[in-house]
Amino acid sequence: MRYLPLSTDDRSAMMARVGVDHIDRLFADIPHDKLLDHVLPLPLAKGELEVERLLAKMAARNVPASSVPFFVGAGAYKHHVPATVDHLIQRSEFLTSYTPYQPEIAQGTLHYLFEFQTQVAALTGMDVANASMYDGSTATGEAVLMAHRITKRNKAVLSGGLHPHYGDVVRTLSHMAKADVVTMTPDLHAKENLIAAIDDTVSCVVVQSPDVFGTLRDLKPIADACHAKGALLIAVFTEVVSLGLVASPGEQGADIVVGEGQSIGNGLMFGGPYVGLFATKTQYIRNMPGRLCGETVDAEGKRGFVLTLSTREQHIRREKATSNICTNSGLCTLAFTIHMTLLGEKGLRALADVNHANAVALADQLAALPHVEVINEQFFNEIAIRIKGDATKLVDRLAHHGIMAGVPAARLFPHQGLDDVLIIANTEINTADDRAALVAALKEVM
Amino acid sequence: MLNRQGRPTTPQSGASDTHETFTGNKALQQIEPLIFEIGSTDQTGVDIDPPAAYRKRLGTFERKAAMGLPGLSEPETMRHYVRLSQKNYGIDSGLFPLGSCTMKHNPRLNEKMARLPGFADVHPLQPQSTVQGALELMDTLAHWLVTLTGMDAVAMSPKAGAHGELCGLMAIKAAIAARGEADTRKVVLVPDSAHGTNPATAALIHFDVRSVPVREDGTVDPKVVAALAGPDTAAIMLTNPNTCGLFEKDVVAIAEAVHKAGGYFYADGANFNAIVGKARPGDLGVDAMHINLHKTFSTPHGGGGPGSGPVVLSERLAPFAPVPFIRKTEEGLQLVEDDAEATKHGAHPFGRMTAFHGQMGMYVRALSYMLSHGADGLKQASEDAVLNANYIRVGLADLMSLPFGNKPCMHEVLFDDAWLKETGISTLDFAKAMIDEGYHPMTVYFPLVVHGAMLIEPTESESRASLDLFIATLRDLAMAAKRGDTARFTGAPYHAPLRRLDETRAARSPVLKWTPPQPILEAAE
Ligand SMILES: Cc1ncc(COP(=O)(O)O)c(C=O)c1O
Repeated sequence: MRYLPLSTDDRSAMMARVGVDHIDRLFADIPHDKLLDHVLPLPLAKGELEVERLLAKMAARNVPASSVPFFVGAGAYKHHVPATVDHLIQRSEFLTSYTPYQPEIAQGTLHYLFEFQTQVAALTGMDVANASMYDGSTATGEAVLMAHRITKRNKAVLSGGLHPHYGDVVRTLSHMAKADVVTMTPDLHAKENLIAAIDDTVSCVVVQSPDVFGTLRDLKPIADACHAKGALLIAVFTEVVSLGLVASPGEQGADIVVGEGQSIGNGLMFGGPYVGLFATKTQYIRNMPGRLCGETVDAEGKRGFVLTLSTREQHIRREKATSNICTNSGLCTLAFTIHMTLLGEKGLRALADVNHANAVALADQLAALPHVEVINEQFFNEIAIRIKGDATKLVDRLAHHGIMAGVPAARLFPHQGLDDVLIIANTEINTADDRAALVAALKEVM
Repeated sequence: MLNRQGRPTTPQSGASDTHETFTGNKALQQIEPLIFEIGSTDQTGVDIDPPAAYRKRLGTFERKAAMGLPGLSEPETMRHYVRLSQKNYGIDSGLFPLGSCTMKHNPRLNEKMARLPGFADVHPLQPQSTVQGALELMDTLAHWLVTLTGMDAVAMSPKAGAHGELCGLMAIKAAIAARGEADTRKVVLVPDSAHGTNPATAALIHFDVRSVPVREDGTVDPKVVAALAGPDTAAIMLTNPNTCGLFEKDVVAIAEAVHKAGGYFYADGANFNAIVGKARPGDLGVDAMHINLHKTFSTPHGGGGPGSGPVVLSERLAPFAPVPFIRKTEEGLQLVEDDAEATKHGAHPFGRMTAFHGQMGMYVRALSYMLSHGADGLKQASEDAVLNANYIRVGLADLMSLPFGNKPCMHEVLFDDAWLKETGISTLDFAKAMIDEGYHPMTVYFPLVVHGAMLIEPTESESRASLDLFIATLRDLAMAAKRGDTARFTGAPYHAPLRRLDETRAARSPVLKWTPPQPILEAAE
């Protein structure tokens, strides 16, 4: 077996040194009747070529985003990632290192985590960011628990524009942790009255902008209403590129900002691994979940970085920790940091501008179609349309024609009267030809 | 000695390795600034054409204020991150004996497979008919996991080990609620030797943690468990093989004690690498167990993640598994994503762990690893991992102290610091001296039940020659420590990119991001 360096002779010699005549002597603590005496019924070892063939066959049964006009978003977005990113994250010293618990030989990781935290704080307009969560949805769940710790209250209000998977994660966690959740009904037109739901038992309000239907939300009045009642505003985003063109949640008064960082540096990967971003105000640092990287000096006074404030974390605090998270999104944060460094503010603004322009162009084209209503007035790179008929069937039909038209709202909100709504994402990857193909196909099938 | 160019090969006076260079660099070790110190906000490493003029639809929300995000050109970016990488130690750099973490070889075939566009470039919400191969991959991996563990079902979506623990305990909580005992069964038993994530997970969803003391021999006593378990008990969380590197020999009796009290057996599967193909958790009475694909099944740790923590479940807990899950139908594989659909098929999901379907990128790597090894190779890998750990044990047992005696261990061997007594050298000092010798230290100060713990896990990826050199090195260090060569330890590391870092200072006044240097104000006259 190519991954195992010990030869049969090595094994015999080593067993002799250890003082056992059979390998199973080392497994003697396993109850005798539980020790397997046969090889389990699974395929036997294969060479690299055979494994490649098998997996390539499975891969070939999927339709990759880049092979068709592609408009699927709703929480994960197809963007162009520069070749440099994938090369760098495969450097052995990054790829095969562990969590930087020995900082003297992990400055590479710690240095980029410090850059990552600074970038995320700047993007979100917040004071501090942590070294990542699993993804945007689990970051949202943790943000709600954090708000409960800070306010010593127990009730979260979730906007009807929040991605329903994020809502489900919050509801599951809250239900298990005996916390209350008020969920507003799906809010296609961004008309909900969140402010009316805030009273002095509410710990936090969770609002996504752009919301799951693509509409930009005004966070400022909600933040003010929260603060007037001693509650916190948790601002969520699923498309981090929007922050290149849209006022930051920090500017709008958010107390905790969480979101999905996948769009920068990370591919679609059928849903993971992604990278959860988590930022807040300085006064709440000690209530934050997750790892934090901080600056310090070494014994000779040289600048260096370490993991810090770990008295919040499970390995020190055990059942009193702010979270149970340990392994986070390490390498995905590196991909994010490198891509962000390549972009810089200038590149990010340019990228966001192209995304928005493409979405505006498509919205205009769709609005001109007879049986299509474009829902959004203000949006970034994603829009929702109402069509005549069933959006799921439409999407399936267009997939047959080689066009991925978007996400039927009913896939995210089943049985909630949104069967005729389609959510359509546009990024820099969508060309004018892609849009023309989508519009033509819609005309044909409707 | 002179080399062929007539230059001396041994250090001469005046050319010691301590002389300062002009740049502060030492050859390959370069002092590297932060991007904020070298980049600028009008520099960029991408070429993006501005769109033709158009009317924005941002309402009043356009971002006007400067963000302060610097960019770098592509060559500068490349050099910056390559230089940073050179300050890191990885498995590919050398032996990485970090106990509990299973730092085994990360095959590059796995990386190549995970990047096939059919896996890497598919969206989680594409029509299911266009991702049948991705679902097949998940289903195949699930089959391997339940077969290797002898369990009934697997919840694939948890994102890492701790997330898997959360998933398992949530399933247990749901099962208890379904029995109508939600108000009475609130206690989770956790041995003192457990990883911090175990009690933290239990507390996160409002279980009360009751510690189980570990007995003299480093394992859990079923009589103690029986005494602590009762009608208030929801579950035990037991790591097996445990964090002392020992197999819980009374695991069956422990499972029985907990089951008899009406509770469930959650197993922390972080150490599964010792027993793959040798024993099945399902045969030992386990109800739920997470598997760290990033440990046992070789997906890279990536400097702290991402991981993947599928949870295998017993028949009793399987119906409560979260959405999404995969179902076989006439037309192919179906991903069941919501409660209503799940209920139709007789399931009672407790909820959802994460957006979408979990860590596909890790699933591909793990399956690539499994297919490569096969059932036979996986068993061999576990045997080699255990043999390697025992080889280190016998190689060091006369110099370093074993808290539970010199007897066989599983895939990791645990030493304590009793042998360092009166040397003035701590476990941490010893670890830092290993850095100078070119090794990543072992896990230190964990588990907490042992004073000054040093937990060594070599994995099956090490050759005998590599182990021999490692043992010789640790022997040399141990003898130096006993000889009183204290400075070699207390000042270590001497040869790493940085000397020992001041962690106290970092925590006292935290600096968690870069801020522009403040201009020095002229003192007012
Ligand atoms: C024994 C044990 N349990 C649980 C965990 C948590 O796993 P993860 O870091 O993947 O969340 C770890 C590893 O960190 C561990 O060693």
